[in-house]
Amino acid sequence: MTATKRATDTLIMLIALLLAWQALHQVVGATAFPGPVPTLAYLAKLVPSERFAENAWATLVCFFYALMLSYGIGLAIGVWMGIHRMSGAVGEPILISLYTLPKVTLYPVVLLIFGLSLSGRVTFGAMHGVLPVALLTMTAIRNIPPVYLKSARTLQLSRWQTILTLLFPATLPEVIAGLRIGFSLTLLGVLLAEMFAAKHGLGFLIINAMQLMQAEEMVTIAVVLFGFAAFANAMLLWIEHQLHPRV
Amino acid sequence: MSRVGWIRIAVLVIAIGLLELCCRVGLIDHRVVIPPSQMADALVRLLISGQANDQIVRTFGIVVVAALISVVAGFALGVVIHTLPRVRQTLDPFFATYYAVPIFIFYPVMIVIFGLSVIPIVLMGVATAIVAMIIATLNGLDRVPRVLSKVARVHRMGTIATALLLKLPAAAPHLFTGGKLAVSYAFIGVIASEFILAPAGLGRVISDAYTDFNNRQMYALMLLLIIVATVVNMLLHVVDQRWAERRGIAKL
Repeated sequence: MTATKRATDTLIMLIALLLAWQALHQVVGATAFPGPVPTLAYLAKLVPSERFAENAWATLVCFFYALMLSYGIGLAIGVWMGIHRMSGAVGEPILISLYTLPKVTLYPVVLLIFGLSLSGRVTFGAMHGVLPVALLTMTAIRNIPPVYLKSARTLQLSRWQTILTLLFPATLPEVIAGLRIGFSLTLLGVLLAEMFAAKHGLGFLIINAMQLMQAEEMVTIAVVLFGFAAFANAMLLWIEHQLHPRV
Repeated sequence: MSRVGWIRIAVLVIAIGLLELCCRVGLIDHRVVIPPSQMADALVRLLISGQANDQIVRTFGIVVVAALISVVAGFALGVVIHTLPRVRQTLDPFFATYYAVPIFIFYPVMIVIFGLSVIPIVLMGVATAIVAMIIATLNGLDRVPRVLSKVARVHRMGTIATALLLKLPAAAPHLFTGGKLAVSYAFIGVIASEFILAPAGLGRVISDAYTDFNNRQMYALMLLLIIVATVVNMLLHVVDQRWAERRGIAKL
């Protein structure tokens, strides 16, 4: 019942968004902001084209590397700072202030170090994703009830048994939440990098379309990315909800 | 200060010292990163000369305006949505997805609609910040204890008196958290927009300095942005923690 209700709500939301889109289009005019129907028509034309495939692939590759870096480094920092209390206490405020910093400020430094290359965009994307993953992993480990660790000792579990059968399942839901936020922010980082300076990728296509005044292409790509991000987030949220009742 | 605090300062000092050393020794090319002491020196000179004052005032002004709009409008929308449970239910998936979508992809759309002016930048600042404020307002109003409305009824208080004397103070810590988020998000929204494309502003000046290989100017302004953002966020964070503690006491 709740599932159908949620689906209905999402549907109503989508319809409201489409109506708002159409209304804005009516106000602004077709050259600046095409409505939903021409955009969908353009979408059907753009997505099969080679240009789109190439750039989407470039973004996807970059995003994949950045995501792996975010997750790898973020989890490593999070686990370390969660287990080693002292480093956690010292590092947490530093991580929080880095998290709230507009990281785009640092993009020129990344560019100076890596040049206009894939590694630069990957690094910039990873810079966005590492922090939420690390922070949420750290809190997940800190919030393990002490009684779990005591029972591990009572049962004389080995170190690996403790990690696999106890620490891992106990922290999983929160860690997944961190991975979800890391996913969105890494995507944001990669797209910002492509919008600021790149010759490939969907972020570049949007900026390029803006400079050429191709409103249709611009809005279409924005909608594609919007759909991708929303869908991925919904999937990860779903996994998170599946895991929660077990705790 | 606590031991942890001292260690943290030591870690930061050592990190900056190492960077300085690497730059001075030549491990890091000065065309890539200039020593931190030179960044500070360049910033001080820039501030004294007053060359960048217009840009500084402009950018921070836009951040303040965007944050104010977000806090006021976000609070108002939050209050309205809270009184309409059906609307709120429908909006829930929207709120859950909002920050997962890179809304910067709509910045070029805004530029095409409003032109290359200050309006798209303010709008991006508001767009990144306002939803955090709405969500915080909804959370805050949800957590107003039931007993307070009963107290209001016992004292025969009117709707306005209840709202101002009971609900607002009870929800205040959450509202503050929302305000804190709104400020740091507005900061990110405005700076990022200026970086991508803007007629003026700190983001634009930094990105121009990057294109001109004017590293002293670039690092000076970067340092300024980082210092201001960190100080503002830290201050808000500290006040927020105080409120959270008070909220803990209020629960008793």
